[in-house]
Amino acid sequence: MKYMLLIYETPKTREIFTSAEGREMMAQVNAVMRELTDAGELVGGQALADPSTAKSVRSGGGSPVVTDGPFAEAKEHLGGYVIVECDHARALDIASRWPAVGSSGMEVRPIMDDGGAEM
Amino acid sequence: MSAPDRRDDVEALLRELAPQVLGALVRRHGQFDACEDAVQEALIAAAAQWPTQGLPDDPRAWLFAVASRRLVDEWRSEHARRAREERVATLEPDEEPTTLDGDDTLALLFLCCHPALTPPSQIALTLRAVGGLATEEIARAFLVPEVTMAQRISRAKQRIKASGGTFELPADDARDARLRAVQHVLYLIFNEGYTASSGPSLQRAELTREAIRLTRLLARLLPDDTEVAGLLALMLLTDARRDARTTADGDLVPLAEQDRDRWDRVAISEGIVLVEQTLPRGRIGPYQLQAAIAAVHAEAASGEGTDWPQILALYMLLERVEPNPMVTLNRVVALAMADGPQAGLELLATLDGDERLAEHHRLVAVRAHLLEQAGEVDAARAAYREAARRTTSLPEQRYLERRAAQLPG
Repeated sequence: MKYMLLIYETPKTREIFTSAEGREMMAQVNAVMRELTDAGELVGGQALADPSTAKSVRSGGGSPVVTDGPFAEAKEHLGGYVIVECDHARALDIASRWPAVGSSGMEVRPIMDDGGAEM
Repeated sequence: MSAPDRRDDVEALLRELAPQVLGALVRRHGQFDACEDAVQEALIAAAAQWPTQGLPDDPRAWLFAVASRRLVDEWRSEHARRAREERVATLEPDEEPTTLDGDDTLALLFLCCHPALTPPSQIALTLRAVGGLATEEIARAFLVPEVTMAQRISRAKQRIKASGGTFELPADDARDARLRAVQHVLYLIFNEGYTASSGPSLQRAELTREAIRLTRLLARLLPDDTEVAGLLALMLLTDARRDARTTADGDLVPLAEQDRDRWDRVAISEGIVLVEQTLPRGRIGPYQLQAAIAAVHAEAASGEGTDWPQILALYMLLERVEPNPMVTLNRVVALAMADGPQAGLELLATLDGDERLAEHHRLVAVRAHLLEQAGEVDAARAAYREAARRTTSLPEQRYLERRAAQLPG
């Protein structure tokens, strides 16, 4: 089973990551990523740029409307993701070992499969 | 022979020879991990050369010689790095052993399904070492990057080494357990391909063919094992429905609504013969029973014309041999078909407290079908929608949403 681990950050997260305290957290992140790579469980993952660089596009009812944001003042936002292939317990274990910064956290979502069984 | 034909023929030949050459090499030198890499390189060289330059006189000996040379080269460079010991003379490539030992292939399968490995690792290693597939092909079939699959395979080989896995057939007790693991891995490979055959990825569907090929190989090596024969029969009888199980758009078609003219009669006959040959030979196991159930379906002219009492009896037997809630869930379906939806719903209620099935979409989907048959339209619709939310399969989700939408009112 593949899972996407959605990494939620606060506006402070990236700041903290460059501090001395953050360096230790970064080491934790690297250790988890190395473990996933070595085990052949890591399918992919990327960090996202700051939400201030984002645009929202809403189409429907005429021409698409492009706006800035989501919202700069949001308490937390999607900061990146990791895709792993493993069982459910292991996915939760990985998420629980991701260093938490402030109120940020991980959301663990199964990825839909293209295959299926007839019923 | 045209070039593409020749390429396919070469590929088929390489797949067949891969475990023989690897088995012979490991038997001679030990060091499964190094030998496996060497054989993989020899296969790649052959796949590049043979289609254009033609087959060597003795393809197996050619592969063995090339793989041995790679192995020696590897050892030489290692030696040079370490101590510059000039022991290499003793490592010159040997003549290939002349006898072809089926036990080598069997020992290889057993090693790839070592209990220290997780199922995904067992699957990957089996496909590469015994199936002769390249890492890239396995990665594409399982929709992961090639580096991920390569790492999975190399980690699996390290694990085997670290846990003292040897290239020997295990003794009786361990042998049975390991053989069950091998069967399970082949079943998982089959299922991965079978359930994927509705999706856009044909590469994944080829896993079905590969699983059948490897199970045939296992059945040849163990002609007296009725469970191996049962597993092969189960695969053939299931795969026979492949063309009928989805629409052109990739939508799932339930068994009862499949166009049975599109079932593969050749595969069905072969599966049925296997079931008939193995069932009376004692020691009944779960694969034989599942194959027998698939055979009853295959013999029915229509969904309504199916011998449901017989299927029900077979599920009761299966539940005794291998009790698990999934089997009970299937028995619920058979009971409902034999005795009506109310009987099915009553048996289904006994599964409600089972933690292994809690929140499982299959349980809710079965309930939805039974409620629909019982005429409880609103409850059926709610159950279909709930099952649709719970499944992690896109085609199943579409199917369940469609069932909900088709209900009257």
